[in-house]
Amino acid sequence: MTDQAYNFAYLDEQTKRMIRRAILKGLAIPGYQVPFASREMPMPYGWGTGGVQVSAAVLTPDDRFKVIDQGADDTTNAVSIRSFFERTAGVATTTVTTEATVIQTRHRIPEVPLAEGQILVYQVPIPEPLRFLEPRESETRKMHSLEEYGLMHVKLYEDIARHGHIATSYAYPVKVEGRYVMDPSPIPKFDNPKLADCPAIQLFGAGREQRIYALPPYTQVVSLDFEDHPFEASRADHPCGLCGAVDSYLDEVITDDAGGRMFVCSDTDYCETRQAAGHRGKDAA
Amino acid sequence: MYVAVKGGEAAIRNAHAWLAEERRGDTSVAELSIAQIREQLSLAVNRVMAEGSLYDPDLAALAIKQARGDLIEAVFLIRAYRTTLPRFGATRPVETADMACDRRISATFKDLPGGQILGPTFDYTHRLLDFKLAAEGGKEVQQAEQAGDAAPAPVPHVTGFLNREGLIEEAPRDDTPPPDLTREPLEMPADRALRLQALTRADEGFTLSLAYSTQRGYARNHAFVGELRIGTVAVEMDIPELGFAIDIGEITLTECETVNQFTGSKTEPPQFTRGYGLVFGQTERKAISMALVDRALRWEELGEDDMGAPAQDAEFVLYHSDNIQATGFLEHIKLPHYVDFQSELELVRKLRREAGAEPMQEAAE
Amino acid sequence: MTPLLSVQGVTKRYGAHIGCADVSFDLYPGEVMGIVGESGSGKSTLLNCMAGHMAPDAGKVVFDTRTDGPRDTLTMSEPERRMLGRTDWAFVHQHARDGLRMGVSAGGNVGERLMAVGARHYGDIRARATDWLERVEIAPGRIDDRPTTFSGGMQQRLQIARNLVTGPRLVFMDEPTGGLDVSVQARLLDLLRGLVRDMGLSAIIVTHDLAVVRLLADRLMVMKSGHVVEAGLTDRVLDDPQHAYTQLLVSSVLQV
Repeated sequence: MTDQAYNFAYLDEQTKRMIRRAILKGLAIPGYQVPFASREMPMPYGWGTGGVQVSAAVLTPDDRFKVIDQGADDTTNAVSIRSFFERTAGVATTTVTTEATVIQTRHRIPEVPLAEGQILVYQVPIPEPLRFLEPRESETRKMHSLEEYGLMHVKLYEDIARHGHIATSYAYPVKVEGRYVMDPSPIPKFDNPKLADCPAIQLFGAGREQRIYALPPYTQVVSLDFEDHPFEASRADHPCGLCGAVDSYLDEVITDDAGGRMFVCSDTDYCETRQAAGHRGKDAA
Repeated sequence: MYVAVKGGEAAIRNAHAWLAEERRGDTSVAELSIAQIREQLSLAVNRVMAEGSLYDPDLAALAIKQARGDLIEAVFLIRAYRTTLPRFGATRPVETADMACDRRISATFKDLPGGQILGPTFDYTHRLLDFKLAAEGGKEVQQAEQAGDAAPAPVPHVTGFLNREGLIEEAPRDDTPPPDLTREPLEMPADRALRLQALTRADEGFTLSLAYSTQRGYARNHAFVGELRIGTVAVEMDIPELGFAIDIGEITLTECETVNQFTGSKTEPPQFTRGYGLVFGQTERKAISMALVDRALRWEELGEDDMGAPAQDAEFVLYHSDNIQATGFLEHIKLPHYVDFQSELELVRKLRREAGAEPMQEAAE
Repeated sequence: MTPLLSVQGVTKRYGAHIGCADVSFDLYPGEVMGIVGESGSGKSTLLNCMAGHMAPDAGKVVFDTRTDGPRDTLTMSEPERRMLGRTDWAFVHQHARDGLRMGVSAGGNVGERLMAVGARHYGDIRARATDWLERVEIAPGRIDDRPTTFSGGMQQRLQIARNLVTGPRLVFMDEPTGGLDVSVQARLLDLLRGLVRDMGLSAIIVTHDLAVVRLLADRLMVMKSGHVVEAGLTDRVLDDPQHAYTQLLVSSVLQV
């Protein structure tokens, strides 16, 4: 099964060592963006090259690997990345969250709480939470080093002044261990509370931007807010149409051109597990 | 009843098969060979080698064939392959002064030692479609006349003449190993060696546009093409076991040195400054563009004003010049974003509800 | 009494040209120092050296910090200096655009300094921003408008509010009335005088306009070619100038 033309998990050992060093540094300084010499991967930048490199560096032959995109195991890019590692590393794969030892994700955190011994690898497009306030990398790095985060709150202030709410619904910035402001990748803010105090290791890889950062297990992660406008993890106010769950993040699916729609779990494994256990939503066949 | 987006695997397989079919095109038309692409589309091959940062005409031709002629896609194939190759070592710096020139022109001197050599250039062709080329199996092309059999005389660099008079800034030899863009993350501020390294593999179109913008006044630096030379140079490598360097091959390069105005300052008398471009293959548009952008990026060390021009902004230029990074990130917005979109949808609905906007229609759920 | 700011032998050269040479003075709490001179006299160079925007070649700028007493701000670490810059120090630029975020609402502009030092209650931040807009005579109804929709005088008053909201102990001002119409200048000066008196501000004001210093400054330094040629109480220097250059400066104003 494994493609013998490439090293285990595609990358050469020297590159993996370089990435592991960046990961260890990231774990030692939670939330700090570690520059690393990202390699060209056989998939385009922006399609998960950072996550793929981090996964390649942490995977061992005994691992069981799961890939999700938008919470689903069967979306095309998740399929493509999973088959890449099946081919280059020959590792076992799974769609069951609890069975996986390494989970690579784009835009979601699984609904089932993660456990010690698991590693969650995030694909990150823009690792810099201050980027859209200040385009210069040299300036944003200085802002982080001097802990100058006033501007971040100005943005939130402006949201409330204009809309009455903080109008950030995904990639919602967090502060890690009271020190670094971090972009949690474009997960919906519904997932933000799961970042905190998580038993699993969380690693973030941004290939094009050449940055790795990390949250070691049980890290304090606080979503930025105001005392009188506290952070709220929101979701569509419906039960899942297939499994009836009321605690999961939902995708809205348009079912016809007459305004018909239904809401279903974005985490396909969660939804299927619940259905297998006999839970039914109102749209289930 | 909603059916989840199943069958991603089968869809991908089918897409790949269709792609292969499209790549081949009409099977009643003969298939292109790698040799044909290498020999007859050599400027495309050169561009792929330059931006792919790998000098191998056959691989570049293969990449072009596989990419259906999409050169950025071909560059991507080369880059992805290149990054897996083991590194045996670094060569010595190539000596462009010893180049066997196919083309060598100077816009600053009418005649000069080594002469002006026009070489294979489009410059003075009339851009008329040549319908004779449409007739396949046409007669042999006319051979260019060879200028004598005498061993080519050395062709000294034009900037050397200016240097002798102290008219141009010194460019002392510096044997500090340059940083390696492909092995270390790009960090700012970037020194000139690193900037040049990024520029030589930068997208030709982006580099051209930036260079053009300097000519139109966005950080204008009055460039003359002091010299443009295209030809082959020997590549030498020190072999530790032997204790000396041996030739391991030769490559074609395009080198451009621009001579730029400098007004001088209180401490420095007026003198010319340099911009530099060096690119794999016959790639003169790129090499000239590179030299102009290089010169624009040097504003700080030369004590010039920051005009706020894009070509002066090293962060802007270097972070956006790589077409593989750019195309990947641009195209990734095709990937599903429905989780993010859903959260935006919820937010907009909430804000509209609070603003008192009536929903257009009660959606049937 | 410990001076709030003690400037000692500050010198800045641009190659062979002198920016400012060997400038020393003490500023005591509640005092306003005016620095006057024509353009090129070195007054802006001096201001930028004192405020940490430019590194002088020699000298000390000792500030009486809240926690550690007098410290040379030039040898402070960058984080310490930046912290000072957003708490105890304020800087009013000549051009309001340089001191404001033009893409952020008036309230956000005033609130930024509060948030930078840890304010996290939206309602409180907004209340203080509203209060400050009123103090600089901007209608509270404009709180959510961007400065781009403000007149030049309003922008300058907004910049002042943004700077004073955290109650800085020392304010640097660079030609605060420059570039404004005469009638607008008068209103701004009036406002500044009120704020200086009410808040007991300590300030250093650089200007070429003697009317500004006569109204605001307790003491005056006159600069020419990078050197301080005369210093003293404002009224004394303006009414009885000793140095020939000061005499010229005063008489040229009187002729207008």
